[in-house]
Amino acid sequence: MADIKFKLNGKQVQLEVDGDRRLLWVLRTDLGLTGTKYGCGESFCGSCTVLIDNEDVRSCQTSMKDVQGKEVMTIEGLEKNGKLHPLQSAFVEHDALQCGYCTPGMILTAYSFLKKNPKPSHSDIIKEMDDNLCRCGAHQRIISAIESASKKMEGGL
Amino acid sequence: MNEELLDLDFKDNQSETLIDRREFIKIAGTGIYILFTLWDTSVFAQERQRRGQNLPADFNAFLKIGEDGKVTCFTGKIEMGQGIITSLAQELADELDVKFENVKMVMGDTDLCPWDMGTFGSMSTRFFGPALRAAGAEGRRVLIELASQQLKVPMKYLSTENGIVFDTRNRKNKISYAMLAKGKKIERHLKEKPEVKKPSEFKIIGKPENRRDAYEKVTGKAKYTGDIQLPGMLYAKILRSPVHGAKLVDVDLSEAKKVDGIQVIHEGDFIALLHKYPDVAEIALSKVKAKFDKPKTGINDKNIFDHLLKSASNGEVVAKAGDLKKGEGEAENIFEETYLDGYKAHSPMEPHTAVAKIEGDKVTVWASTQTPFPAKDEVAKELSIPSKNVRIIPPFLGGGFGGKSRNNQIIEAVRLAKLTGKPVQVAWTREEEFYNDSFRPAAIVKIKSGINGKGKITLWDYHVYYAGERGAPVFYDIPNNSTTVYGSGWGGNAHPFATGAWRAPGNNTNTFARESQIDIMAAKAKIDPLEFRLRNLNDKKMINVLKAAAEKFGWKPAAAPSGRGFGIACGTDAGTTVAAIAEVKVNKQTGDVQVKRVVCAQDMGLAVNPEGATIQMEGCITMGLGYALKEDIHFRDGEILDLNFDTYEIPRFSWLPKIETIIIDNKNAPPQGGGEPAIILMGAVVANAIFDATGARLFQLPMNPERVKQALNKN
Ligand code: FES
Ligand code: FES
Repeated sequence: MADIKFKLNGKQVQLEVDGDRRLLWVLRTDLGLTGTKYGCGESFCGSCTVLIDNEDVRSCQTSMKDVQGKEVMTIEGLEKNGKLHPLQSAFVEHDALQCGYCTPGMILTAYSFLKKNPKPSHSDIIKEMDDNLCRCGAHQRIISAIESASKKMEGGL
Repeated sequence: MNEELLDLDFKDNQSETLIDRREFIKIAGTGIYILFTLWDTSVFAQERQRRGQNLPADFNAFLKIGEDGKVTCFTGKIEMGQGIITSLAQELADELDVKFENVKMVMGDTDLCPWDMGTFGSMSTRFFGPALRAAGAEGRRVLIELASQQLKVPMKYLSTENGIVFDTRNRKNKISYAMLAKGKKIERHLKEKPEVKKPSEFKIIGKPENRRDAYEKVTGKAKYTGDIQLPGMLYAKILRSPVHGAKLVDVDLSEAKKVDGIQVIHEGDFIALLHKYPDVAEIALSKVKAKFDKPKTGINDKNIFDHLLKSASNGEVVAKAGDLKKGEGEAENIFEETYLDGYKAHSPMEPHTAVAKIEGDKVTVWASTQTPFPAKDEVAKELSIPSKNVRIIPPFLGGGFGGKSRNNQIIEAVRLAKLTGKPVQVAWTREEEFYNDSFRPAAIVKIKSGINGKGKITLWDYHVYYAGERGAPVFYDIPNNSTTVYGSGWGGNAHPFATGAWRAPGNNTNTFARESQIDIMAAKAKIDPLEFRLRNLNDKKMINVLKAAAEKFGWKPAAAPSGRGFGIACGTDAGTTVAAIAEVKVNKQTGDVQVKRVVCAQDMGLAVNPEGATIQMEGCITMGLGYALKEDIHFRDGEILDLNFDTYEIPRFSWLPKIETIIIDNKNAPPQGGGEPAIILMGAVVANAIFDATGARLFQLPMNPERVKQALNKN
C-alpha cells in the first residue's frame, strides 16, 4: 500500500492504494469517475485516455505510483462552471459521436495535442488521432470537430 | 378509468412477458396514455415469420402526455449509437405538435416499457416509427377532443401548436396540453390508424437535428453498464478455456485464493474470482493454474471453406425466373467464380457488460444488450423464477452491431449474484469479447453467369453458403436466374464457434460477390461498369442512386481496368437502395490499398432525421473499410488467435477516405433502414476499384496487402 497524493480535476486527492494498481480502475471504481472508459486494456484503443500534466496518457497502462504529485485531468474535469470546453461543444455541434464510448478519449487526446500544436493541419490531426479507435465510424466528424474547435480556441485552451 | 375494462383487457393478455399495464399506469401517474402496437402488419408479419418469433398481439409501446405537458415515449428499443433516441423523438414531437425538447424517451427498461423483440435489422425506423407517429396523431386527437369539451368549441375549429390547443377563429381561446392532462388518467388504445401529417406539414421530421445524447456523452456523464456501481458490488472475472470446445481437466486455485479480499466461486467448469476492484479480480484470475484438454479439430482459417462446403446442408432455391439452360445457350461468354469471406468480429468499443442484483425474489440486471426482453426470459430460465420477477435495464450501449443480441454475460452475472448473494458486475475484457463473440460467419458464394454479345446478362446462377438470404436474390434484369441458399447466415453447427448477425448480416458477403461478378462481366465485354449496370437494370430506384452517385463523383465512362482506380457497386438492404463509387490507390510493392474517396447515394424513403441518416452512412462506409481491407479472424483448432486490436485491425483515422453522401429526397415514401445499407457495398466497391487500378481481381475478403500482392502477381 502506498500513500498517493495527486491533483485530480483541480482538487487535491490523497489515497491509500497499492501503487501497482492501474489509474484506470482506481478512477473508475475507487473514485467513481466513470467517464474514462476501458476498451482494450493494452494501450491499443485510447478509450482510457486521461491527461497527466496536460499530456495524454493511457490510464490502463499507468500505475498509481507514477501519478504521485502529478496533475490528472479526466473528461469530468473539462467542463468549467457549467460551460463546455470548445472541444466538447464542437463534438456536440458536429455530431462527432455515435455510441459515445470512444468520445472522452478522443476529446482528451485532441486537447493534449492542440496544446502543443494549436493550429494543426488536416494531416496533423489524422496523425495525432490515429491510435484512438472508434468502431462506430465517427472519424470524419471527429476531425471536423477538432478542426473547428482549434479555430475557435485560437491557441488558447 | 374503467377498472373493470382494464381487468378484462389484462386477463386477455396471456404472455407473462408482457408488462402489467395496470401496474404500469399506477406507477406512471396521471396523464393521457396512448397504447399502441406496430402497424405495418404485412412487413412485420414477414419479419416475424422469418425470425420464427412469436410477437405479442397486444401493444408494443406507450406514450404519455403528462401533467407538465411533457411527453414521454416508453419503448423496448435501445440506443446503441444509431441515433433513434433522437429520430423517434422527432417523429413524436412533430405529430403531437410539441417542442422536440419536451419529448422524453424511456428505452428498453423491461419494467417500464412494453415487450419488444430487440433492436436490430434496421427495424426501428421502418416498423416502429410509423406506429409511433400514428400514436402521436391519436394523442393529438384526444387532446383536441378534451379541449373541445373544455373550451366548448367544436373540434373542427380547433388546432394545435407547441403544446397548445387553440381555436382557429380566435387564437386567444386556447388551452395547454398540461392543463388538459391535469388530474386525469385517460387510456386510449390505438385501434385504427389515424391520419398522420403529410410531408408538407412536417416541422421537425426531415429536419437535421443534433444528437440529443451528445451532452452526456462529451462530458463523461452518460452511463454505460460498466459505470453502474451498487453498494457492496463485486467485480467478477471468469476463467475461460483457451480454446473453443476444450475441457477443464485440472485446476489449482490455491494461489488465487491468497489474494486479499477475493471470493472464489467454483462450480464444475465454472470458475469465477470476485473482488471489489476489477483489476484485483483480474490479478487473482492470472494466478489460477488450469489444465485443459484441447480438441484437435484440424480446422483453421485457411481450410475452413473446404470444411464448410463439405458440411453444407441442401440448398433452398429462394428466387427463380426463366430457364437457366436457355440463359446459358444465349450467352456468348460464361463466367464461373467463387468468392470467399472469413469470420469477422463485432468488436464494439464497449465489451459485453452486465450488473446483476438479486433482492428477495426480484432480479434487476443492467446490461449492454440489444435484446432486453429476450434477456429477461433467459434470466428467468437460468434462475428458474417467473419472468415477471426479472427487470432488465439497458443503459447507453457502447456499440452493438448485432453482437449484443447475445446475452451470455447477463447469465454469468445473475448466476454469480445468486451464488455470492451480492450484486455482481461482469465486464468482459477485450480478449473475452473476441473469444466469446458470435462472429459474422465465414461464407462462400459461387456464381455462374453469362452475357450475350450486346452486354446483356442472360444467365445468373447464384449459390450462397452460410451468408444466408439477405441480399442474395438478384435485382438486375436477368431473364434466367436462380438463387440457392445453403444454410442460414446466423449459425449452424458447421462453424467452429458461435456466429451471428453482424451489421447487415449476409448482405456484405452477398453484395461483394454479386457486384464483383457484375464487374468481371462488364470488363470482359469492355463496357464501362456503370453503363453495364444501367443496361441490365429496370429498377428505377437503383438506376436513380447509381446516377446520383456518378454525377457527384464526376464519373467519366471507361472500361475497366482504366488505371484510374475507380470502382462502383450497388445493392439493397433493409428496404433501402444504395450505390457507391470509390477511388483507391494501390501500392503495388506493398499491396497496401488506400481508399481516397467514397461517394454514396441512398434512397431510404422518408429520412426522418437527415443528419442522423448521414452519420449512419458515414459510419457504414468507415466501418465497412475494416471488413473490406483488414478484418479477419484467425484461428486454429478452436483457438481464436486475434484477441485484441493489435492483430485484429479495425479502421483508423489514417484509413479515412473523403466521404460524400447523398440522400435522395423521397419524403412521400415510407421510411426505410439507415443503419446498415451503405456498409454492404464496401467490399465490392473497393474490389472493383482495385481491379480498375491494377487489373488484379480479388475473390476473397479482406483484401489485405498479402492478398492484393498475390492477385497482382497472378495478373
Ligand atoms: S483501454 Fe487503455 S488504450 Fe484501450
Ligand atoms: S462513437 Fe462509438 S466507438 Fe466512437
